[in-house]
Amino acid sequence: MSTQPANGTEMVNIEVDGIAMEVPKNSMIIEATDKAGISIPRFCYHSKLSIAANCRMCLVDVEKAPKPMPACATPVMDGMKVYTHSRRALDAQHGVMEFLLINHPLDCPICDQGGECELQDQAVGYGRSVSRFVERKRVVADHDIGPLVQTDLTRCIQCTRCVRFLEEIAGTSELGMFGRGDRSSIGTSLEQGVDSELSGNVIDLCPVGALTNKPFRYSARAWELVAKPSIAAHDGVGSSLWYHIRRGRVMRAVPRECESTNETWLSDRDRYSHFGLNADDRVLEPMIKVDGDWQTVSWDEGIRVAAEALRSTVTSHGGEQLGVLMSASVATEEYYLAQRLARGLDCQNIDYRLREQDFSDDKSMSRTTAFAAPMAAIDSADTLLLVGSNIRQEAPILGQRVRKAWRNGTRISAINPLAWNFNFGLTNSLVVAPQNMVMELAAVASAVSDISAKALPANLQTVCNEARVTEVHMAIAEALKNEANSMLLLGQAAQAHVDAAWLRTLCRWIAVSTGAVLNIVTHGGNATGAAMAGALPGQGPARSTVESGLNAREMLVNPVKGYLLWAVEPEFDLANPALADKALSSAERVVAVSAFASTGLKAHADVILPLAPAAEAEGLFFTLDGQAFDSEPAGTVSGQAKSGWKILRRLGAELELDGFSQVTRAEVQQEMLTEFDQAGSSSAEVDLAEAGLSAPQQAEGLHRAGEVAMYSVDALCRRSEFLQQTAAAQNDFVGLNAADAAELALADGQQARVSQAGGSITLPLRVCSELPVGTVWLKSATVVASGLGDSFGPIKVEAV
Amino acid sequence: MSHKAEFIAGKKDLLDGSTREEIDHWVGKFPAENKRSALIQALIAAQNQNGGWLSKDIIEAVADYLDLPPVWAYEVASFYSMLDTKPVGKHKVNICTNISCWLNGAEDLVSHVEKKLGITLGETTDDKRITLVVEEECLAACCGAPMMVVDGHYHENLDTDKIDKILDGLD
Repeated sequence: MSTQPANGTEMVNIEVDGIAMEVPKNSMIIEATDKAGISIPRFCYHSKLSIAANCRMCLVDVEKAPKPMPACATPVMDGMKVYTHSRRALDAQHGVMEFLLINHPLDCPICDQGGECELQDQAVGYGRSVSRFVERKRVVADHDIGPLVQTDLTRCIQCTRCVRFLEEIAGTSELGMFGRGDRSSIGTSLEQGVDSELSGNVIDLCPVGALTNKPFRYSARAWELVAKPSIAAHDGVGSSLWYHIRRGRVMRAVPRECESTNETWLSDRDRYSHFGLNADDRVLEPMIKVDGDWQTVSWDEGIRVAAEALRSTVTSHGGEQLGVLMSASVATEEYYLAQRLARGLDCQNIDYRLREQDFSDDKSMSRTTAFAAPMAAIDSADTLLLVGSNIRQEAPILGQRVRKAWRNGTRISAINPLAWNFNFGLTNSLVVAPQNMVMELAAVASAVSDISAKALPANLQTVCNEARVTEVHMAIAEALKNEANSMLLLGQAAQAHVDAAWLRTLCRWIAVSTGAVLNIVTHGGNATGAAMAGALPGQGPARSTVESGLNAREMLVNPVKGYLLWAVEPEFDLANPALADKALSSAERVVAVSAFASTGLKAHADVILPLAPAAEAEGLFFTLDGQAFDSEPAGTVSGQAKSGWKILRRLGAELELDGFSQVTRAEVQQEMLTEFDQAGSSSAEVDLAEAGLSAPQQAEGLHRAGEVAMYSVDALCRRSEFLQQTAAAQNDFVGLNAADAAELALADGQQARVSQAGGSITLPLRVCSELPVGTVWLKSATVVASGLGDSFGPIKVEAV
Repeated sequence: MSHKAEFIAGKKDLLDGSTREEIDHWVGKFPAENKRSALIQALIAAQNQNGGWLSKDIIEAVADYLDLPPVWAYEVASFYSMLDTKPVGKHKVNICTNISCWLNGAEDLVSHVEKKLGITLGETTDDKRITLVVEEECLAACCGAPMMVVDGHYHENLDTDKIDKILDGLD
């Protein structure tokens, strides 16, 4: 295949255009010139992809070489003299340019790439002003490859960047070069779409207009757009991106290079979610419910009603009868002020961990959620263990890093409730029903205890002793113990688990005992910031200890009289929609602050204040690494929506609480960061023995493995019609193992009734080989699951 | 490569025992992780099973059997002129028109055959007996130019009589 430069540290001396430079041996000429800022035209070369050398645009003149050499595929040699602008180099480049343009349609006026096209730019530099080619040009039929990427294959110059990206980075190999010679063309095999969670990156990679942004098509010209830097808030990666704005409206999103987070990539979720910004149910003005009817009111009135609802709950029932539930994807300032507001009202019930149901280790765990080792360390880990993690969907960019690690030889193991279709290979894979996950992990812990001669803490011992250790558990334990850089990634399926505390505690013990690091991939775009700001019970800003309160689960199991829902849609954003519905129905007052008003929110809330979503708001976001990124508003705010900190400041002032006199966000941020700086060291000893673990549940019967659907993680994604049209968003099915299906007398494709927590729904059955016996695959945060119970918990399936 | 294209799952059942045996034979010649290297021979085996051409399903069957992305199999199938992705006749006739054969009168032979069979290059006779393959490149028998390949067998130093005899001899 293609040549990859070796990572030699040995240096050689070369001379480019008369400039002497020292470059690593075996690197390519183009790497040296790129570093030195000497421009060489190119189409197929990309620093993150393998070298193809098929466009020939980067031909340069190398002394003593009989003909021009491609700079991207010619390794440097000691004493080499390269001329990038000599007559011979320029002639070669002009010649290549002329050939590239022969079959290019030159339809720039109707091409979306016009104005930001590498071919266009370089044609100006290297092309002739008039074409000598008068024959008929070739035409290539387009393929429909899905709702996100538009193809115009006649414009393709066969650089194969898209093919290499999907093969190497995304790992799906969904595009290929078909045919040969002058008839070759890019396509998907056999009328399939491109379904990768990173598919949008081929748009950025395509140097011409052959692959363009489908939803954005024909809607704006590159030169009409203003690029505003921002942060994607759908997962904890915190991908840097540019929002391209025209007249205040977000037109599209493109990646902004940031090596520590998203490198040069962007997940489809981050790229296309903004199309949900102008959904029909966007809240544009404060609304109050009067006798069951919604009325729009002024901000003053909205704030007065909301503050009154909070105040009256607290005065008549006490602060412990108020519950604050916050999305895990809003700005840190919002968590900081919200916890101040709640605690000012003597309310300690505040939480952002809405998709979790087991908090019994809260006392023993150091609650900072930041990664123990940075995201970039995944690339260089020697061994990785995934516990309850569909990393490709939870955080597509991290999935890409795990794949990169695998390509570099990292051995990856997994203990998952489902054999997810990963784009990397697994050395050891344990696919077990959710109810058996604790025992499997306990077996690994037991194996670790054996090989490292470290005693298990008393609260883990009984369960671990019961666990049956097999060769696979032993192999996983040995890999973690023996490799220098080993890492555990605890995913969202584990955190949403009934016995999440067990899984976390076991993972932490395994990590401590083997010298591995434990990275917890939390749900939401700013869980790290939420924890730092103290938006959780028993913990104030900067990990200070405060009076304990109810967690997200307890607030619903033992309903309180009043709720404040912050960017939360009760039927989608909570682990148990049925429970949430019951709790909210019994509440006297529900105040909602949200960008969108879903049916469920309208049914329960008494007042809805319009919140500006991340793309239109300002705020500080913390990545999983704990790195802070400040984000300014990109688009103009729709309607009268406001940034969250402003709403909280006004609510606080209306309630006459202390600490709400800030005028600017800078003041809030400064106050907050000063407090964060005073935080004690995060490496406070974690005493695992203190985890109050009750015996793990090992109930018989079917258990639901209800991972959050990739494009349903938050209100904005759920409203992006283009994401919802993708193959990955087709979640209306219930999956069963063949043995379970046979027992229930159900066949593939047949309708099955699914019942949980009093809710019931009929769905087509899919018999899945990737499921273990006893597991029901029914994704959560979707419309079909909005009336059901726990995303991870017992469930009933029967024939209709 | 590890991501599995779900839509091809189970298609390997389309391959019969002898095709699988043939593929396994070729897979065994390469390092275990380089199954991609066996693609050409695997597709030829599948083509022989499938009446001389590769359907969408049979290409995907090969990809499924080798556990490779279907795109890789389709790339190979569409690249090589000896692999056909459209139905063909019982016999494939490949007349070389590259330089040596062309200098020795290949063009006349082609027009003779086209007239005789009533089809042009790339077409199949109505009785599905013969397909005239569009010749891509030199077939490496210049010493015997003009030449043609019929179902994998080389016929050299051709003239119209010799061609007639060969074509008439086909069942």
